[in-house]
Amino acid sequence: LVQFTIPIDNGDALKNAEADSQRTLYPYVTGTSIVAIKYKDGVLMASDMGGSYGSTLRYKNIERVKAIGKHSLLGASGEISDFQEILRYLDELVLNDNMWDDGNSLGPKEVHNYLTRVMYNRRNKFNPLWNTLVLGGVKNGESYLGMVSMIGVSFEDNHVATGFGNHLARPILRDEWRADLSFEDGVKLLEKCMRVLLYRDRSAINKLQIAKITEEGVTVSQPYSLKTFWEFQAFHNPTAGAQGSW
Amino acid sequence: MFRNQYDTDVTTWSPTGRLFQVEYAMEAVKQGSAAIGLRSRSHVVLACVNKAQSELSSHQKKIFKVDDHIGVAIAGLTADGRVLSRYMRSEAINHSFTYESPLPVGRLVVHLADKAQVCTQRSWKRPYGVGLLVGGLDESGAHLYYNCPSGNYFEYQAFAIGSRSQAAKTYLERRFESFADSSREDLIKDAILAVRETLQGETLKSSLCTVSVLGVGEPFHFLDQETIQNVIDTFEKVADEEEGEGEAEPAAPAEEGGDGTGDQDVAPMET
Repeated sequence: LVQFTIPIDNGDALKNAEADSQRTLYPYVTGTSIVAIKYKDGVLMASDMGGSYGSTLRYKNIERVKAIGKHSLLGASGEISDFQEILRYLDELVLNDNMWDDGNSLGPKEVHNYLTRVMYNRRNKFNPLWNTLVLGGVKNGESYLGMVSMIGVSFEDNHVATGFGNHLARPILRDEWRADLSFEDGVKLLEKCMRVLLYRDRSAINKLQIAKITEEGVTVSQPYSLKTFWEFQAFHNPTAGAQGSW
Repeated sequence: MFRNQYDTDVTTWSPTGRLFQVEYAMEAVKQGSAAIGLRSRSHVVLACVNKAQSELSSHQKKIFKVDDHIGVAIAGLTADGRVLSRYMRSEAINHSFTYESPLPVGRLVVHLADKAQVCTQRSWKRPYGVGLLVGGLDESGAHLYYNCPSGNYFEYQAFAIGSRSQAAKTYLERRFESFADSSREDLIKDAILAVRETLQGETLKSSLCTVSVLGVGEPFHFLDQETIQNVIDTFEKVADEEEGEGEAEPAAPAEEGGDGTGDQDVAPMET
């Protein structure tokens, strides 16, 4: 039986003032959007490798998409240390599952629901894990893609995105996503979304990874960067319309 | 069994390395009325004999639904059986709630066995006096397990526990090799026939037995009396015409009006 402990073992805030200082109040090192889609053979998930410290783009080699067990991928945006904590919980979960050694294994649906329970319970204690999580996977030929937010809102869809991705990437996906996307077309579609995010999201950096999960297993690409174009006429004389006297 | 010197405490070993209290608990299982389980690749059938305290009372409930995909039949101290069924239901529903997925039956029986083992190693407890036939599904198909008061569990193709279960076991031993590929209907028929074996001559009526089925695409449920009686009717007449157990071709007095399916084993229905 899996148990997880919340890192507060000195009582609650009613009895002990110091306990209050251990609750999550605001995030410090954060990751930006994750974009993920189902495609013909499984699920594709893209993220950049940035970890922002407020407005500083401080860390540039953070892997925000990880494999979970044999059948799932987890992508996270939000507080990086909370993501690492979640990976520890899932590590224990997968370990216990493997120790049974009985031919049963946790699929993406089970992992998604476990995470929903964890996130919602933390939210109820006013001590959230400050992440929006994307869980994708394939088991027995069936693709699965879902999302959980820091307040425990959870759902499945054919394409999901977190943070800015919801505003900039989802509209593209709503127009252009199809169930029978090939791997190449899926990657092109994700790159299109990630390029828009790179132009418009100030916390995005030009170093991304795309992860793929199929019945065969997980592959995470090497980091690479997108080609960008900055020679639009509208940007040539940016201050043209804003001459001032001071 | 004879009275033994080392049988007062469950935590006392005998010099020959036995825990008598645990063995006595297993005796209690043998005193309960019979319960039978069999499985194919896709279905599990649990059946039991309905025993009532007296003619005035109703019979004890011995088969419990644990979840849509798991059922349990008990023999022995039914009160202990009820408590363990409640535990199993709790485990199944907690797993379902956390993972939105059915608890694999193989994992449930291990939890159950570990719970039983605790009672064999605490001086202030006693072993559960009930044997459980747990039938259920997991990723690899249908399974049937027997959980013992000792904390052991075994997987079976078919098994019977309780009083006069040996007669049922003999019947099952002869036919178990065909169960894996059995149809659902044949599996039910074999279960009821096995129940008949334990009745040792008493006429088999649907009021005397309870039968439950679960399988791939079929959630756990009890068969109603009418369905059971119909199955009984297909072989009761044949049993009258020949000695021993099992079904066979109808005997010489040829009866017309068969059910027309061409199924050799089913005796024609009389009007």
